[in-house]
Amino acid sequence: MAQRARRRILPGFGLSLGLSWLYLGLLVLLPLSGLFLKTVTLTWEQFWETVASPRALAAYQLTFGASLVAALANAVFGLLVAWVLVRYRFPGKSLVDALVDLPFALPTAVAGLTLTSLYARNGWFGRYLEAAGVQVAFSSLGVVVALTFIGLPFVVRTVQPVLEDIDADVEEAAATLGATPWQTFTKVIFPSILPALLSGFTLALARAIGEYGSVVFISGNMPMRTEIVPLLIVTKLEQYDYAGATAIAVVMLAASFALLLAINLLQRWTQRRFEVRPG
Amino acid sequence: MSVAVEQLTKQFTAGGSPAVSEVSFRAPAGAITTLLGPSGAGKSTILRIIAGLEAPDAGTVLIDGVDCTNLSAQKRSIGVVFQSYALFRHMTVRENIAFGLNVRKLPRPEAEARVDEMLKLVQLEELGQRYPGQLSGGQRQRVAFARALAIRPKLLLLDEPFGALDTRVRVELREWLHELHKQTGVTTLLVTHDQEEALEISQHVVIMEAGRVAQAGPPAEIYDRPATPFVASFVGGTSVLNGHIHEGRAQVGSLIVAAPKSAREGEAVRAYVRPHDIKLMKTASGNGGNSAAPGRVERLKPVGGYVKVLLKLPTGDTVTVEVPRTEFDQLGVAEGDAVHADVRTANVFVGDFSI
Amino acid sequence: MHVSSLQLQRRTHAAAGPAPFRWLLIGTALLFLGLFLFIPLVAVFTFAFEKGAGAYLASLAEPETWSAIRLTLTAALIAVPLNLAFGLAAAWLIARFRFPGRDLLITLIDLPFSVSPVIAGLIFVLLFGRQGWLGPWLAEHDLHIIFAVPGIVLATLFVTFPFVAREVLPVMQAQGSDEEEAALTLGASGWYTFLRVTLPKVKWGVIYGVILCNARAMGEFGAVSVVSGHVRGVTTTLPLHAEILYNEYDFVGAFTAASLLTVLALITLVVKKYVEWRAHTP
Repeated sequence: MAQRARRRILPGFGLSLGLSWLYLGLLVLLPLSGLFLKTVTLTWEQFWETVASPRALAAYQLTFGASLVAALANAVFGLLVAWVLVRYRFPGKSLVDALVDLPFALPTAVAGLTLTSLYARNGWFGRYLEAAGVQVAFSSLGVVVALTFIGLPFVVRTVQPVLEDIDADVEEAAATLGATPWQTFTKVIFPSILPALLSGFTLALARAIGEYGSVVFISGNMPMRTEIVPLLIVTKLEQYDYAGATAIAVVMLAASFALLLAINLLQRWTQRRFEVRPG
Repeated sequence: MSVAVEQLTKQFTAGGSPAVSEVSFRAPAGAITTLLGPSGAGKSTILRIIAGLEAPDAGTVLIDGVDCTNLSAQKRSIGVVFQSYALFRHMTVRENIAFGLNVRKLPRPEAEARVDEMLKLVQLEELGQRYPGQLSGGQRQRVAFARALAIRPKLLLLDEPFGALDTRVRVELREWLHELHKQTGVTTLLVTHDQEEALEISQHVVIMEAGRVAQAGPPAEIYDRPATPFVASFVGGTSVLNGHIHEGRAQVGSLIVAAPKSAREGEAVRAYVRPHDIKLMKTASGNGGNSAAPGRVERLKPVGGYVKVLLKLPTGDTVTVEVPRTEFDQLGVAEGDAVHADVRTANVFVGDFSI
Repeated sequence: MHVSSLQLQRRTHAAAGPAPFRWLLIGTALLFLGLFLFIPLVAVFTFAFEKGAGAYLASLAEPETWSAIRLTLTAALIAVPLNLAFGLAAAWLIARFRFPGRDLLITLIDLPFSVSPVIAGLIFVLLFGRQGWLGPWLAEHDLHIIFAVPGIVLATLFVTFPFVAREVLPVMQAQGSDEEEAALTLGASGWYTFLRVTLPKVKWGVIYGVILCNARAMGEFGAVSVVSGHVRGVTTTLPLHAEILYNEYDFVGAFTAASLLTVLALITLVVKKYVEWRAHTP
């Protein structure tokens, strides 16, 4: 008997395939290729000169450093918030739970404006902090504050479902086997939420690195001191230094893709370790 | 409307073993035909190919003699009942049943009348406005039947329709299906791994094993004259006794049983014996030339109306004998006792015993 | 791939640990959230009304504010339906079929989330800007994309296109295709099945994705900032408008615009909660 061509039973394959690739092609692939073409036109010296300039290096240091600190803060407090939301009852919990998503829904500019006003010298927080000698607005500390706000939901929302999925049975089993609550936490609960925690941390980190709107207000944008990498790109664009902007953008993209890869690998590792899909 | 498949072959993973391999059989018009076999035997795949939900790599599907292999599922006018019911959860029962009619743009009054007819047929008249989420499993499955039958299909395909239900509901629906079929007379192809279901309600049975047809025929024939060791052990409980050919007969321990004519002297045989084809006796009284085999009672398992007696024979084989309660009480046997087993009939196979 | 937030299941656990310890944890968590969430939220409105309701309404009535609102709405009204169509097509494709390039497609859909919004704006400038690849050709034909509304729409499209797909896809995958197959055997055509069977099934995922897409479309700052040119009254969206006012020390004006966007964000959260609730109660 002759082999028949593979026929697709469910309808709409051709249409959905065509539509998807057309859309992605026009909106994503075409512009991205413009970026790569531009990159290729740079000479190695040009590229290196921009990418390794003192100003750029200072920007990397600020962006990656502040993002790391903010992501760590979110890892710790995000875990706490998720824990409290899943395991305890208190008045207003539903409201708090809904508000955790605020940084997702709020435009970054609004966050930027508000945080700056709060932490400026005569702001609600600023006045006390400045009196104590801590300057938040127009400093790298302010950048950290803004990035913490932005990344807040990531850890909470990735850890929450995992915490909820932990069967009370498992903890009860640990208790009957003689484990103290702390031991149950460190040996039973924490290992199972660790992949989600790492995942949330990485997501918050990735978001923080690329963040622009909420940071440009509070940072003060002083080159070499409080200039983040995205702002550097914007400045170069405003000066029509397309080549310079592209070069820095490539560095950022490389970092983003590395993180994206890490996230994907983490998710695959998580799925393999805890593959208990309901039947 | 009969349905036949010829040389159907389907492979899902390149390089792996085929799910279905050169399967051919015919389901007679107006009858219930069952595709029976263990999980993975390929039965559901064949059903889906007949429904048009899978395309075979090779072979043909003939509905009423017409080649439908390349016809799309939408045009085959076949009713399908899925194991998971696949009811449209956001539509009411009435809307579910009317779906196929709306697709065919049947005028509203006619469609409503047909829906009423179907609801009456499956005895769910009061539940027309409910949603599937508000029904029990058995009720949902009946809605699925009504939906499939509403379009007056030429053929009804049932993919393990009762698999997701409790035993009691399953048995009830089995009887209900039998009655339904009597009323509608639609050619039905049923896929199941439950052999009791197959034997009870079908007129024709096709046994499948690892993607191939092992045997096809009326249920009684499958049960009494299994064609292969696999069929013998899959359909109906069975005990296996080892022996060899001696003077034209199978000698299984001290039992002598008729053997296939093609058997050669000394050849190894296996006898497949049904649990109720063995009679237990306290003493080895002569029984028309067949001496009963001695054995020791290893375990007694009372199961409701009969008792399963596990008997160990001197040859090392273990046989399970099913004895009705009344007979067992009269026998008065306990664990550890010595008894004699008389095999009335057995299916004897020589040669390749691979199951 | 990403798990739709709709699929979070809510179960309450018995409270663990002694009461004072519990309250310490709750207190710390609430303090953290208060510092980073609640107070900023309250601050937006306080600053907006700092000079009284009269000043607030005056800012609202400014023509530039209105043109900013109009532009924001335009961008959203174009971006959301287009992304909805794409999202449904992509979700159907990925959920129901296997084909070469499927993994690449999935990765590409996640792309805007891993790329800085500034880069999102940059790529369009590189393509359509004055010194971009198509710059000369556009200038020849007197077509303006960068520093004009089309550029803003494109940048908005780019940063918001994944939302609908990401929310609908897991729902489609989780629900399986049994109902669609049943519809096929009953004689339904592809479109009939998609419209009458599939869409109602995934409706909550769609709504969820649409409101997230909309919130982002209206609030996007970085990407739009790069392509807009900040021409007041012409190419300023509401977020950009807020920035301009802030830089001119018109705090009431800036926070008035910000308050509108915050109200939008709060409405998004409310609708989100509602959809989650509806999706879990059959």
